[in-house]
Amino acid sequence: MKIIVLVKQVPDTWGERSLDSATGALDRSAPDNIIDEISDRSLEVALRHKDETGAEVIVLTMGPASAAVALRHCLAMGADSAVHVLDDALAGADVTWTSSVLAAAITHEGFDMVIAGNESTDGRGGVIPAMVAEHLSVPHLTSLSEVHIAVDVVNGSRETDYGTLTVTARLPAIVSVTEQSPDARFPSFKGLLKAKKKPLATLSLSDLSINPETSFGSTGRSTITTVTRRPARTAGIKIVDSGNAGVELAEFLAAGRFV
Amino acid sequence: MSTALTLIEVSPSGEIRGSAKMLLAAATRLGTPVAVLSTTPGDHSEHVKQLGDLGAHHVFIAESTQTDSLLATPAVESLAAAFSHFETSAAVLVTNSVEGREIAGRLAVRIGGGLTIDAIDITLVNDRVVARNSVFGGAFDVESSIHGGPAVITLRQGSIDEEVTAHTPDLITITLSLTSVAAATITSRTEAPTDSGRPDLRGAATVVSGGRGVGSKEDFLLVEQLADALGAAVGASRAAVDAGYITHSLQVGQTGTIVSPQLYIALGISGAIQHLAGMQTAKVIVAVNKDPDAPIFDFTDFGIVGDIFTVIPQTIEALHRFRH
Ligand SMILES: Cc1cc2nc3c(=O)[nH]c(=O)nc-3n(C[C@H](O)[C@H](O)[C@H](O)COP(=O)(O)OP(=O)(O)OC[C@H]3O[C@@H](n4cnc5c(N)ncnc54)[C@H](O)[C@@H]3O)c2cc1C
Ligand SMILES: Nc1ncnc2c1ncn2[C@@H]1O[C@H](COP(=O)(O)O)[C@@H](O)[C@H]1O
Repeated sequence: MKIIVLVKQVPDTWGERSLDSATGALDRSAPDNIIDEISDRSLEVALRHKDETGAEVIVLTMGPASAAVALRHCLAMGADSAVHVLDDALAGADVTWTSSVLAAAITHEGFDMVIAGNESTDGRGGVIPAMVAEHLSVPHLTSLSEVHIAVDVVNGSRETDYGTLTVTARLPAIVSVTEQSPDARFPSFKGLLKAKKKPLATLSLSDLSINPETSFGSTGRSTITTVTRRPARTAGIKIVDSGNAGVELAEFLAAGRFV
Repeated sequence: MSTALTLIEVSPSGEIRGSAKMLLAAATRLGTPVAVLSTTPGDHSEHVKQLGDLGAHHVFIAESTQTDSLLATPAVESLAAAFSHFETSAAVLVTNSVEGREIAGRLAVRIGGGLTIDAIDITLVNDRVVARNSVFGGAFDVESSIHGGPAVITLRQGSIDEEVTAHTPDLITITLSLTSVAAATITSRTEAPTDSGRPDLRGAATVVSGGRGVGSKEDFLLVEQLADALGAAVGASRAAVDAGYITHSLQVGQTGTIVSPQLYIALGISGAIQHLAGMQTAKVIVAVNKDPDAPIFDFTDFGIVGDIFTVIPQTIEALHRFRH
């Protein structure tokens, strides 16, 4: 079985994340860029299946040159090979572009199953897996807290805003996992050494036979027109409990008409 | 005038979900509002009346016996069918839920539309749909517009609340064929229990959340008691969810639900940046934490350095006293 894992590099959520107020683009220089935690978990799901069955695991990202670091990390964790879609024309790509490019790269590699994160911590769109599935005309089985992969079928439990579903689909299909799925393994020292020798292919848009003008010319696109930074919050009253703070809190709530 | 399509959510037991009101009100701002219902065959006259009361000018019903057993795709097919029926739709509006986003995503690919996710406001400016988003946990407000194709937008639940005039809608009913679609099959479903009697976390005016400082599943009762004394929803930090004190669906933050209530009370929560990302746009923030240096205090309107197990029971008792 050939599994492609979609991984993404994002600004570390521990740092202050910022948008360029002129272009609305993510300011990628501000905090450190790291592999998204959910990408680590997605890869873990694939690697567990590889441990059991010897499946082939390919990691794929579309992103700037720095994203290669995330791919090396995935190779060190145990992925067999990596693919990096890198092209200056993709700067500022929205979900429409991103999903078509990822779908083209997936088709280029060939696959039985794709595993993604349910949503990324920067965009929080949570749409790429379903959009890629539509491009590829395969089912999407998304937001899974548990995944079971068999020879030609995948099933799992899906968390939604209204409850839990158990879902199943024949392969090929796209799966996305939530942060309820298991923690990822750490790359071992041996893994780090091995990673250096594993293949990391870089593909440009022309390698994928995509010409932005003709390929995306007739689709809608969302562009940012204004960006405003909200004023920062300021701290208000702070008291130290000396025996009566609970009552003072009740009075504060009553004064604010919250009772 | 062009139309604006809305995807009406229906519960498995057949009730129109609360999001319909917001979607139809938003659609009214953009064009002639159309309610699209993806459902199993049956008598929908009650639904049609209800949607008319919420402002729909047209109700488009796409029926299939498979609607309840396939994931998301029936709704995509229904919207695509409505989109070609109404030829001039400027926008398609869907609720920003796990499923809603995916439906919107697949539809955008299908109809060559542009996509905006999680809008908190939309307006029509010079015939173009402009959407407002709040990103990075409310640190930035971003406006965007869609051009070059139809606009597909998911709207954050509870973001638009206005009254619109009731109508007696036109009805169009079609039968969907779903035999050849690429879709996952739903083999069983468990509806989230709604019998807690508490308001839904997402739209609640007051939220009381507990963190790792609560210490145990049993002691989480304290958080629930304060919530009930205030008629509030219950929330939690990821540490509390990971420790098993409470279900994941109540997690507030970066990777949980984003809330924007009038009042947010954080109990035993340190205020990690990923938690703040889910609640920092609350109007009033209160925190009780025994660590005077907890980062949450930089964001609170009323902060108490103290032990939740002494402070909160006292608060609950005082609240009851005020009532009587
Ligand atoms: C990619 C990513 C996504 C994340 N997403 C989220 C998210 O969506 N939501 C989220 O919440 N976190 C998220 N986190 C985790 C986040 O970084 C923190 O680990 C988490 O918010 C900490 O939860 P906490 O405040 O309950 O626990 P802690 O940080 O351990 O804080 C517990 C607090 O309780 C106080 N305390 C202890 N006992 C008492 C007592 N008796 N009375 C009063 N105070 C007491 C302590 O002083 C301490 O400040 C995410 C992290 C990452 C990396
Ligand atoms: N640029 C990208 N490269 C590779 N995978 C991506 C990219 N963007 C999104 N994804 C995948 O889609 C998932 C959900 O992302 P999003 O839809 O952006 O919230 C991520 O966890 C990744 O698996």
